[in-house]
Amino acid sequence: MEWIQQLVNGISVGSIYALIALGYTMVYGIIKLINFAHGDVFMLGAFIGFFAITRWDVGFLPALIISMVLCAIIGVIIERVAYKRLRSATRIAALITAIGVSFLIEYTMIFFRGASPEAYPEVLPNTSIDIFGVSISSKSILILVVTIILMILLQFIVHKTKIGKAMRAVSLDADAARLMGINVDNTISATFAIGSALAGAAGVIFGAYYTRIEPLMGVLPGLKAFIAAVLGGIGNIPGAMVGGLVLGVVETVVSAFGFSLWRDAAAFIILILILILKPSGLFGKNTREKV
Amino acid sequence: MLKVNNIDVFYGNIHALKDVSIEVKESEIVTLIGANGAGKSTLLKTLSGLLKPKSGTISYLSQQINGKQAQSIVKSGISHVPEGRRVFSNMTVEENLELGAYLRKDRDSIKKDIANVYELFPILGERRKQQSGTLSGGEQQMLAMGRALMAKPKLLLLDEPSMGLAPLIVKQIFEIIQMVNQQGTTVLLVEQNANMALSIADRAYVIETGKIVLSGTAKELQESEQVKAAYLGAL
Repeated sequence: MEWIQQLVNGISVGSIYALIALGYTMVYGIIKLINFAHGDVFMLGAFIGFFAITRWDVGFLPALIISMVLCAIIGVIIERVAYKRLRSATRIAALITAIGVSFLIEYTMIFFRGASPEAYPEVLPNTSIDIFGVSISSKSILILVVTIILMILLQFIVHKTKIGKAMRAVSLDADAARLMGINVDNTISATFAIGSALAGAAGVIFGAYYTRIEPLMGVLPGLKAFIAAVLGGIGNIPGAMVGGLVLGVVETVVSAFGFSLWRDAAAFIILILILILKPSGLFGKNTREKV
Repeated sequence: MLKVNNIDVFYGNIHALKDVSIEVKESEIVTLIGANGAGKSTLLKTLSGLLKPKSGTISYLSQQINGKQAQSIVKSGISHVPEGRRVFSNMTVEENLELGAYLRKDRDSIKKDIANVYELFPILGERRKQQSGTLSGGEQQMLAMGRALMAKPKLLLLDEPSMGLAPLIVKQIFEIIQMVNQQGTTVLLVEQNANMALSIADRAYVIETGKIVLSGTAKELQESEQVKAAYLGAL
């Protein structure tokens, strides 16, 4: 029954990738920008959670919420300061800017607090729960539950609320959305806010799960979340969720078979394969114009 | 109701509209006819705030609206049905209509107006839960018009509603344009199909390479030799 435990571990890791991937895919969907600074927002989220827990002595959930709120604000500031003025610039200019913002965040962080890692306090109950003879850590289950709640919340926002409908409309056709009276700038900011809040949540979850955070921790999970978004079909929200989970499970399976050194390689092999075999991703579709 | 005074609009270096002036009076159907690239869509985009004129003024209900944001123009009662329908393809028919009412807060009457749109275009009611990208071209045109009507416009801007549609569907769409007009909405209709447009319009303008070259009542233009030769073909 060990494989069930591995599967649960994989899903837990995958749900962190999925939360970060959602921000990538939402931002790409609306302004066609791969926001490479997104992984660093995830890192900031982890540190905000860390400070909330150690300095203000709050529990896991309040820390999660504080981190989400602050990351949302950070996301909007990044968009307003760095990306907004590049909206009509070439995509490569915006991409290079995103990489620049990423470095700026990473090294500002290192400048002010050094590069040393920090140990996350134990905020989640760490016991084993036996289900049908399989022991699963309570941490994994809690993480999974929090992620599922956040994803349901996101689906609700995107499909049922006015701002969600505006986000979808802008991502499909910004000019047509303008003609409906939608404020495109505010809608783009809202997208950054929501995506960054999810990255902030992922940061706190990551910290609570792996217990070790450092200023460059966003790089690899950021890249992997990007792979997850591409795997699911970039711009596609359910695709990012599935892509993240698949990636997490594949990585765990590769490790479980004793190839843990190949874990990161497996993620990039997936990226290469998907780009060769189905560049639009698992859920991506090409819509044609009808006349 | 709408007065465009000597506007000039540029696309980068291209001088797309040169010193254009037109007027639309309350409850009229005014049509703007011209060939591809004459500047018809540019004019509509300028009216709805997607483009800004370099000079000249646009006044609507005795307020200046040139240079205003698109959303405040929609709010003031101008709805624009863009060329090529531009429906939100991955959203359902009903969601498209709801987006048309984006700036309205009166939930109950929004529901009623959606029902009205389904009455005007019964096929949309049948397909309300369908993704709008799966609709036929004619149905998409109807959806685009229904969506624009959801904003309760006083002035409706229509950009080539006949484009790419079968003659029978075009006829149907034009009947609906007349019906909408009779219910009190002023219409500015941009068309390449001069025959159809002139047959329902009160007045008309002819635009060529960014300049208004002719104007008059629809009847006058239908009989003008210049228009016949250039736009109506040998009938």
